[in-house]
Amino acid sequence: MAATNAGGPVAARADEIWKVYGSGEAQVVALRGVSAEFGRGRFTAIMGPSGSGKSTLMHCLAGLDTVDKGTAHIGGTEISKLGDKALTRLRRDRIGFIFQQFNLLPTLSAAENIKLPLDIAGRKPDPAWWDTVIDTVGLRDRLGHRPSQLSGGQQQRVACARALIGRPDVIFADEPTGNLDSRSGAEVLSFLRDSVREHDQTIVMVTHDPVAASYADRVVFLADGAIVDELANPTPETVLDTMKRLDKHTDPVML
Amino acid sequence: MLRATLKSLLARKLRLVLSGLAVVLGVMFVSGTFVLTDTLNRTFDSLFSDVYSATDVSVSAKPKVEVSEFEGEQVAAPLPAAAIDKIKSQAGVRAAVGRIDVDGARVIGSDGKVLTSMGPPRLGANWTGVDAVMDMREGRGPEAPGEIAVNATTAELAGYRIGDSVPVLTQQPKREFTLVGIWGYSGDRDSIGGTQEVAFTTPVAQELMLGEKDVFTSVTVEAADGVSPAQLRDQLAPALGADYVVKTGDDLAEDSSASIKEGLGFFNQILLGFAGIALFVGIFIILNTFSIVVAQRTRELALLRAIGASRRQVINSVLVEAVVVGLIASVLGLAAGVGAGAGLASLFSSLGGGGLDLAPVGVPPAAIISSFLVGLVVTVVAAVMPALRASRIAPVAAMQDVATPDRPLTRISVAGTVVTAAGAAALGVGLFTDAGDADLWLIFGGVLVTFVGVALLTPLISRPVVSLLGRLFSWSVPGRLGRLNSGRNPRRTAITAAALMVGIALVTGVTVVMDSAKSSLKTEAASILKSQIMISGDQNGPRPPTFDPAVIQKTDQIPGVRAAAAMYNDLVAVGGDQEYVTATEDLAILGQAYGTTAATLRDDQIAVSGPQATDSGWQVGSTVTIQASRGEQHTYTVSSIFAENTLPGSIIMPGAAIKDFGITQPTFGFVRLDDGVPVSAVLPQVKALLADSPEVSATDQETWVNAQAAQFDQIITMIQILLGLAILIAVLGVINTLALSVLERTRELGLLRAVGLGRAQTMRMVTVEAVVISVFGALLGVAVGAGMGSAVARALEDDGISQIVLPWGRMGTYLGLAALVGVVAAVAPAIRAARLNILNAIAHD
Ligand SMILES: Nc1ncnc2c1ncn2[C@@H]1O[C@H](COP(=O)(O)OP(=O)(O)OP(=O)(O)O)[C@@H](O)[C@H]1O
Ligand SMILES: [Mg+2]
Repeated sequence: MAATNAGGPVAARADEIWKVYGSGEAQVVALRGVSAEFGRGRFTAIMGPSGSGKSTLMHCLAGLDTVDKGTAHIGGTEISKLGDKALTRLRRDRIGFIFQQFNLLPTLSAAENIKLPLDIAGRKPDPAWWDTVIDTVGLRDRLGHRPSQLSGGQQQRVACARALIGRPDVIFADEPTGNLDSRSGAEVLSFLRDSVREHDQTIVMVTHDPVAASYADRVVFLADGAIVDELANPTPETVLDTMKRLDKHTDPVML
Repeated sequence: MLRATLKSLLARKLRLVLSGLAVVLGVMFVSGTFVLTDTLNRTFDSLFSDVYSATDVSVSAKPKVEVSEFEGEQVAAPLPAAAIDKIKSQAGVRAAVGRIDVDGARVIGSDGKVLTSMGPPRLGANWTGVDAVMDMREGRGPEAPGEIAVNATTAELAGYRIGDSVPVLTQQPKREFTLVGIWGYSGDRDSIGGTQEVAFTTPVAQELMLGEKDVFTSVTVEAADGVSPAQLRDQLAPALGADYVVKTGDDLAEDSSASIKEGLGFFNQILLGFAGIALFVGIFIILNTFSIVVAQRTRELALLRAIGASRRQVINSVLVEAVVVGLIASVLGLAAGVGAGAGLASLFSSLGGGGLDLAPVGVPPAAIISSFLVGLVVTVVAAVMPALRASRIAPVAAMQDVATPDRPLTRISVAGTVVTAAGAAALGVGLFTDAGDADLWLIFGGVLVTFVGVALLTPLISRPVVSLLGRLFSWSVPGRLGRLNSGRNPRRTAITAAALMVGIALVTGVTVVMDSAKSSLKTEAASILKSQIMISGDQNGPRPPTFDPAVIQKTDQIPGVRAAAAMYNDLVAVGGDQEYVTATEDLAILGQAYGTTAATLRDDQIAVSGPQATDSGWQVGSTVTIQASRGEQHTYTVSSIFAENTLPGSIIMPGAAIKDFGITQPTFGFVRLDDGVPVSAVLPQVKALLADSPEVSATDQETWVNAQAAQFDQIITMIQILLGLAILIAVLGVINTLALSVLERTRELGLLRAVGLGRAQTMRMVTVEAVVISVFGALLGVAVGAGMGSAVARALEDDGISQIVLPWGRMGTYLGLAALVGVVAAVAPAIRAARLNILNAIAHD
């Protein structure tokens, strides 16, 4: 099954992506011909059991990993063909990342961490946008602090701000709230949703948590390296239902 | 999981290899030194037993001034021909041959240059026929006064064949001889040990090499059948009396090699000293490595403690690792040392003209014992502190995050201040007070303790200095990140930088002393020395270059010359002491030529310098008995005391004393011109006069002073080479620290790459960190070295260092080189950082 974006402009696209790790006995097929589109200005969640290939798919789309077959596009650019230099520039200028943890450089202050991709590119942040971002994440009084002086939730918000500050084409987030308690998680998630709603950002987020997924506009379900279902305008309940259904469906396969 | 464990273990192994390499290099230096001196000792043993293999017993006159190999050349006292007849008449003697063997027969090669020698003597001898070890290659021995024979080495070096006319310099001015014979030695050797030999007829040898008729330097005695050399020696010695020295060939071989061994022993100690410095630096590196290993194992060690391991067991677990590293490094170092020693020995023999037949390389017990001792002690000592720290890890640390705690620097800084002060105090006492033999130890210990103290202070200093240094690079993001990284672990940065500091400080210190000496010399020359032209040559063997004294008389005749004087030198015995003396034909003229007023010395007068008079307790009118290298001893009266450095030398003897000197030709000439006469008007004429004295040349004052000063530069170069290994080890430390930084910050690097840091930028970031650390170390070294060097120079004020000069240019060069070292050290870690797989890096823990 291919997950297509109903009409609208596409920010990132996977076409028949295959990804195989190892060889012979130890061979693992992480992605088996995945095709998906992620619409511009949309908040998409990717869900699926552990080991189903969520992270792999995201990495391939973000140019952090190479694909074995098929193509990945960011906007109109086919990234499977790019070299390291071009990929680096692509990540710097057109993609934002939020990882589950260890998102920040311990030597830099929060503000410096936020500005890092711009600094690397030698660009200055747009002051109005800077203020918007800082106010949205609510960190104005913490800008001079080092990551070690911030709580886990605050650190993740700094990471979100960093991903946003360059107005990338897509933000990829891999379980951004995986390490947070539900309240901090909710802060980060609503912040992400707001940036999509109000500032027209595009976000692709991997998560295990039905509640987190319910913040998204659309959920794509992955199982065993293939897209098995998708859900528009999810609520925690519909997500949970879908997961249960899929679980029954795939359990024998997993064993 | 298993993969991660294996990976981190391997990473640690790499680090241990890198720091083990520091020990390997140090041990290599130590064992290489022992192997080298052992090989050379055995080489000289066999060389001298060869030289004297054809000699049963040799008789010589007791030397007038006993000189060891160290101090210069032994001048043999002449032995009268009558002694030979006396020896011949003794029982047990089959034959006795008078021999002349004196260093200083210098052949001028076919290219017009004097054959030089870096060690082996250039003997002038009398021809006494072909003995058992000689073999005549071509022609015959000299029979007429105008004929010579030479050994094959000399013939080859000089490029002469039978029938050629060969100019030779001796105690007399240049003379030409016809080459009538070339000989070699058994076993197809061209010479024994690279010695150059010229054989004259006996009367010519006496005249040219000894300056006296009917005298010899020794008598070779052949024992009659049934009489052993030892028996013959024991019979001859009492018969000849105390004025003669009677030795068997074996005795002579032993004596000669013993005196060489004394010199080699000194050489050995110097090399070991530098090896010690290298090892000292190695300790820093190993200390760093083990600290890091312990920090990385914090959780594991805490877990061990939590499940009941004792402190002692934790300490042991670290020390055992150190012992293993030390043992392996010792074995490798020993092996490398044998190679290095063998290489150096062959280098030594080729520098000496290649005539030395090297003994087979062996591994003396001293090399083995010292290798293991040094390797183990250094590693274990370095691991003690980290081991203690490991034992203090609380069991709860197992449950906590492994953040490297930022311990306060107060204690270490206080300790550093105290230790530095103690070191500086010891250094000061050693330098500025007279504590006899303890002085050297105080200085040496003071320097080492100061280094340790500064190293302890380094973490404190590193914060401001590193952040200041880093500012230079902060204009770019990678630069700023690199700067921040280098300030992250002050202790580690500090130890790495301190290791580099040691080498740079020593080099800088020596440079300060040498440059101060150099500029003192120049200033002094400019203020005192009035001679515009100097005659002198470069001494590159045991015998100083000399020239024909007639040159001075002829120079004096050149229009425009106000005064020209020659200077002669000898090592004499004054009472029980040896003194280096100067003599000149007429002190009044030397004074004029040099730039001071002095009165002519009568034949029984000497002039002495102020410090010499104070040291020896002499006043004007004191009588001094002096025994020169030859002749009888004479008593002189001190006629005047002159201010230091206003005349060359500290004891000046009259012209009449020269004939008794070991070398009766002048070594220096001073020429002063009439006012207003340009040097260029006279210099070419003096040069022309020296055509027959190619060992020396005439130069203007400035050139001469610069040439003298250049000798100090040579010392600096030598020290730089010897400290090279210590600096190399420090560079290993920088690489080690960086490799570690890269490893520890894998996840950060992954993150940076993910948010768009390019490969080149990543490499630049690592390089900046390396450069900051290296330049910081060099900065410390330059500062500490300048301090120590100034202190030493100040202490040497009485020995002629009148001003202290800080060599800014060279210090700048050292800093620049340190930056370069940083760049080089960063290459491998930077490439590794740039090649990181981003995804693996992010998943790394
Ligand atoms: N570097 C790798 N080498 C070999 N196999 C890998 C590698 N990375 C992932 N895999 C395999 O590929 C499959 C997909 O992995 P992926 O990390 O994409 O799963 P995921 O859906 O993100 O799981 P989780 O929810 O646990 O994060 C898994 O079976 C995994 O074992
Ligand atoms: Mg995942």
